[in-house]
Amino acid sequence: MALTEAPRILTSRIEQEDSHSLERYLATGGYAGLRKALSMTPEEVAAEVDAVSLLGRGGAGFPAGRKWSMLRQAPTTYLVVNGDESEPATFKDHLLLERDPHQLVEGCVICAYAIGAARVFLYVRGEFALGLERVQQAVNEAYSHGALGRDIFGSGFSLDLVVHPGAGAYICGEETALLESLEGKRGFPRIKPPYFPASIGLYGEPTVVNNVETLSNLPWVLVNGSEAFSKLGEGRSTGTRLFALSGHVKRPGVYEVEMVKTTFRDLVYAPLLGGGIPGGRDLKAFIPGGASAPWFGPDQIDLPLGQDEVAAQGSMLGSGSVIVMDSSTCVVRAAWRITRFFWRESCGQCTPCREGSGWLEKILRRIEDGRGREGDVDLLMDVCDNLAPGVSWPPQQTTICVLGPSIPSSIASGIRMFRDEFLVHVKDGRCPFG
Amino acid sequence: MSGHLSSEVMTRAREVIALYPHPRSALIPVCHLAQEQDGWLSPEAVADVAELLGLQPAEVVGTASFYEMLRTEPVGKYVISVCTNIACMLQGAYELLDHAEQVLAIRPGSTTADGMFTLEDVECIADCGRAPCLSVNYRFFGDMTNETFDALVDDLRAGRLSEDVPPHGTLVRVRRDGGLRVDDETVSSERRAAAEAAAERSASPGGGV
Repeated sequence: MALTEAPRILTSRIEQEDSHSLERYLATGGYAGLRKALSMTPEEVAAEVDAVSLLGRGGAGFPAGRKWSMLRQAPTTYLVVNGDESEPATFKDHLLLERDPHQLVEGCVICAYAIGAARVFLYVRGEFALGLERVQQAVNEAYSHGALGRDIFGSGFSLDLVVHPGAGAYICGEETALLESLEGKRGFPRIKPPYFPASIGLYGEPTVVNNVETLSNLPWVLVNGSEAFSKLGEGRSTGTRLFALSGHVKRPGVYEVEMVKTTFRDLVYAPLLGGGIPGGRDLKAFIPGGASAPWFGPDQIDLPLGQDEVAAQGSMLGSGSVIVMDSSTCVVRAAWRITRFFWRESCGQCTPCREGSGWLEKILRRIEDGRGREGDVDLLMDVCDNLAPGVSWPPQQTTICVLGPSIPSSIASGIRMFRDEFLVHVKDGRCPFG
Repeated sequence: MSGHLSSEVMTRAREVIALYPHPRSALIPVCHLAQEQDGWLSPEAVADVAELLGLQPAEVVGTASFYEMLRTEPVGKYVISVCTNIACMLQGAYELLDHAEQVLAIRPGSTTADGMFTLEDVECIADCGRAPCLSVNYRFFGDMTNETFDALVDDLRAGRLSEDVPPHGTLVRVRRDGGLRVDDETVSSERRAAAEAAAERSASPGGGV
């Protein structure tokens, strides 16, 4: 179970006490990527990024280079950074915001230069108080250093960056909801089409929305070149990626590993990574890509950490969060808690999501509490079918955004993998796990 | 204008508004500033925010009420938010929440009689590597046990954490250093020139750079 020799692209500084400071950043090669980018033409920078198959690290995995190339030509365009990390058990952008904010700021300026953005808005989840402070400090320092503002590093390229705090709403991680929120409105996802803010985005202008981790890769890519990046990983999943590991493991945390060359087994069991399951218990199930993703069982533990490889098995790598559940876990309770999350966070625009999430939460709650009724398990699947017809993956869309159709993931996984456990709850009128 | 918000908050709010092409974009950050004064969004504060942004008070409340962190009811000096989402639940978050309810003698969603603590049961706060975790006024505390929870409450009550945990409403203590540095005209002329140069390069392959 050897780990690969891949360099650390995103987390090379984070163990340093002062990893967030400009001094540390400059002492470890900071802003060299931006200087290099500014010596190139914007098209060359965009081509360099397009060459690396940098799949977006927010959840949907759309290639960053392609997103940029779709930007509609217009006098004013924007770059909006999605730092609203709220997918349950995802905590890697939180780390990057607090521990290496200059890396992100540098990535933002490189992207803004490549796409010709007039201004950058960096939307940071409101609950990240320290992250907001660290990022604002880094932005202040970047202005004094000449990496932001007028005539950046004497290049003739000028840019402002505004740090924008959110205020607590999971749905604002959906990019069109984030834009609504940034316009000072409720975070209601926008009706599609248009599918991409690249045509109609912030204030109706063409906008690129990129995730924090995605942009944090750019300084390294510029300094080391697209070839060095593409050598890491395999297929479309190139480079390294941050995985947020949580649940029943000895060493939960954020780990940067090479994509595809590393497996879920490595992540969960390698001594330098998850370190295995405590108490010698067995693996029962794991969620490979955030609470929205269908679950995997022990049979899939040897799958590689690659976007297409996971998709081929009927789930998603999503936001890069892996949640481990051992043999002591009650799957009804786990499915209930995830469903309760969606019920609380549904924005309420679409009936299937607003109503369906509440019904599912109530039914799961009563099964877990020993008040389940005969037929409840089928009823759950029936409501799931109304939210996402066929209850397949990727789900059929019945709503404006993907929140609603993601709700069945945990329920359908739980029932398909552990149907007997649900039935025992109903039959015995209690949770067998106490 | 109700004149409720202090002149300092009003000045800072106007500086924030100037960062955006449209004033309404500043709604969330300005509401955070208003909460910094009062700990919550009182109707008087909402009236001032509405005036600043050129909106009706109902538009401000209608938006603010969508967001968990913007409080349209008073809360305690310290808002303790216990995460009970999946990663924390697997590590005993509900047991921690039960303990918190007993220690503070309140249910989630309510505030102690002395106005010191509000207890909440919240969704994932992205500190799952240290589950079970909680935040106090959005400052994070991880690997919580009943004992560390008791010590935390004691420290907060005794004022020993006042440096680390400001009163509810104060979110970001690092302020932006100055306003926008680049005027719209400079940006548009720079971007126009860049687009023209790019068009020229693509028209003459090999002749660029």
